[in-house]
Amino acid sequence: MDVKEIIKPENQVYGKTELLTDNVMHYCPGCTHGVVHKLMAELIDEMGLQEKAIGVAPVGCAVFAYNYIDIDWQEAAHGRAPAVATGIVRINPEKFVFTYQGDGDLASIGAAEIIHACNRGENILVVFINNGIYGMTGGQMAPTTIERMVTSTTPCGRDTELNGYPLKMTDLVAQLPGTSYVTRQSAQSAPAVRKCKRALKKGIKNVLDKKGTSFVEVVSTCNSGWKMTPVKANEWMEENMFPFYPLGDMKDSEKDKPVSNN
Amino acid sequence: MGDLRLMKGNEVLAEAAIRCGCDGYFGYPITPQSEVMEMLMFREPWNETGMKVLQAESEVAAINMLYGAAATGKKVLTSSSSPGISLMAEGISYIAGAELPCLVINVQRGGPGLGTIQPSQADYSQAVKGGGHGDYKMIVLAPSSVQEMNDFVDLAFELAFKYRNPAMILTDGAIGQMMEKVELSDYKKRWTDEEVIEKWGSWATTGKPSSRERNVITSLELDSEKMEANNQRFQKKYRQMEAEEQRYETFQIEDAEYVLVAFGTSARVCQKSVEIAREKGLKVGLLRPISLFPFPKNIIGELAPKVKGFLSVEMNAGQMVEDIKLAVHEAGCTRRVEFFGRMGGIIPTPGEVVDALEQNFLKE
Amino acid sequence: MNEELIIAGFGGQGVLSMGKILAYSGIMEDKEVTWFPSYGPEMRGGTANVTVIVSDERISSPILHEFDTAIILNQQSLDKFEKAVKPGGTLLYDPNGIVNPPTRKDINIYKVEGTKTAVEMGNPKVFNMIVFGSYLKVKPILKIDNVEKGLEKSLPERYHKLIPLNLEAIKKGQEIVDAVNVV
Repeated sequence: MDVKEIIKPENQVYGKTELLTDNVMHYCPGCTHGVVHKLMAELIDEMGLQEKAIGVAPVGCAVFAYNYIDIDWQEAAHGRAPAVATGIVRINPEKFVFTYQGDGDLASIGAAEIIHACNRGENILVVFINNGIYGMTGGQMAPTTIERMVTSTTPCGRDTELNGYPLKMTDLVAQLPGTSYVTRQSAQSAPAVRKCKRALKKGIKNVLDKKGTSFVEVVSTCNSGWKMTPVKANEWMEENMFPFYPLGDMKDSEKDKPVSNN
Repeated sequence: MGDLRLMKGNEVLAEAAIRCGCDGYFGYPITPQSEVMEMLMFREPWNETGMKVLQAESEVAAINMLYGAAATGKKVLTSSSSPGISLMAEGISYIAGAELPCLVINVQRGGPGLGTIQPSQADYSQAVKGGGHGDYKMIVLAPSSVQEMNDFVDLAFELAFKYRNPAMILTDGAIGQMMEKVELSDYKKRWTDEEVIEKWGSWATTGKPSSRERNVITSLELDSEKMEANNQRFQKKYRQMEAEEQRYETFQIEDAEYVLVAFGTSARVCQKSVEIAREKGLKVGLLRPISLFPFPKNIIGELAPKVKGFLSVEMNAGQMVEDIKLAVHEAGCTRRVEFFGRMGGIIPTPGEVVDALEQNFLKE
Repeated sequence: MNEELIIAGFGGQGVLSMGKILAYSGIMEDKEVTWFPSYGPEMRGGTANVTVIVSDERISSPILHEFDTAIILNQQSLDKFEKAVKPGGTLLYDPNGIVNPPTRKDINIYKVEGTKTAVEMGNPKVFNMIVFGSYLKVKPILKIDNVEKGLEKSLPERYHKLIPLNLEAIKKGQEIVDAVNVV
């Protein structure tokens, strides 16, 4: 049978959203970025937001996010995406503005910008990919690297006496009155992906409703940086990352009162 | 006559921004320019013209907010003083690399380091040679009066949008803190998205309509061939600025044997020095560069064969003097170019400048 | 007309505002004006000074090394600026707190009992306007009508009810000038 006879609309069980470009992704096989890119592209498409959306890309592996989702993008300096997004949304409050950042970008060099953007309650969605490592730079320790985790700058594992403790950014920003929805998700299985999409959708809706900052962490793998196969990396994440970074909503202003009354 | 006021230079910057139809200001307090944001917050332009004002958590955040807002094709500015501008240098490089129009104001104070809060011109080289990393230039305008603090805000935006390039107003604590009579500009309407597209093209991140490709604002290009081509495009733009935007003013230059070259506050001092020197019978004139980049080298080339020498007067250790020497050299001349300056927040007095002139050129 | 003036004293004596009222009055008389203050931490309790230039012509340097007139309100400022008055120029000072009075013979020197008079008037805040009145007596460079307009322009509207008191202080100042040395 010819391939053209198979690929017919009536046979199709899955379609790629038109907002995902045909560019071949530079991400490693098994990387979480590809999945989350797809979710964001689908949601922007499904919610009819292409003409309103402005994405802010980070420094790190997702620096080329603008090659894959067909919307207007701006590429920020390392860690500065929340400030860039603030500038965009303050002058253009009718747009849908989101940042897409890794853990080195958001939790280390950009710690000040994310805290203050969340604390001001900037009306943006923050997508936070946490794989506990600097992926693009070559697998160095990130602030989020868990205890005893081996990286290229902690070859014997993270030693808290030398390197300090892993930083739970999501717990931190949940304390801030400016955030409206703060959640921690993952994307290693079909159910997890579906849940993650629901969380991202809720974040986007909150931004459209001008509720302040929505913050969606996705606990992720970096199998290249972790030196594991994709399958092994997922197992390692479930066994080691999830106990330290438990999944679930941390703050939902629709449901609960703010964690802090400050 | 327009709206006549007695105002501080810093306050006028804020007022001019509101009146010229700015969309936003992002800043962080630092002496001696905090009145800019204070005035803006006091004026609440968001109620009047729709201009937004935000106090950022740092200069680093402020310049990146500016980067974000400028990418949407809006008229936005920030202001700071020397140490703060150093913090912003990375962001300015990104803005230049992404070819975005915006206005950065540096109300200079003495350095290096924390230095002093008194006026200085020690950031000349940082402003005109780039300041941040990579081969880029800003359009740099140097006001020498409170009136020019008003006039140059609008001019800087015109040039910034014409060239899709960051522009800087390089002034100092003296003009920032000084009050003079100023005629404020009439109000201009803020541009709509449609007007920006019509006037300047549709490069901005305004949300992708089906009618165009997505706009990506970035300074990143990992393909070296393409990155070189980008750089060549930037350089062509800078050469065009040099051809079209050299601005200066002269004072008693017609019969001058010696020319003082000074900008901003030191140009005001030098105007008095010319008066004093003329009373002594010395044929002295003043050339005041208004655009520091592009440097007004053509007029220096024209003057060089006619005069006996130039004295560059600066509130620094001698920075612009290099550009004067270069301009004289490029004109194929061998005129003497000397320097006199004060540092650390001290403004030279008119008398000191005349003494320096006599010391350099008239006492063999 | 080109008047180059320095006003110097302690922060809180109304040095800067006296200069501002003078500058605004100059604008009302269609003059060019420049008001250039010392600024920064030295303002907080330390000395404050402001250079004011009022001129028929475009003003060149706001920074001067010698002055037509110096209005001196404390000892430190007297020590610093007595020598900066141009020969034939004018120095006004309030003797309150002055241990070593000015000694130059080549300038006009006037003593103004501003502090004392302000206390007598029952309002120490008008001190600077008393001294300003004395200055206008010695150097009548501006019409009093324009000074009144200058006061209106430089004072926020909520203080406009104080304008008559200020004008009274200026008038008082004009009456109490004491010529110490006239060249």
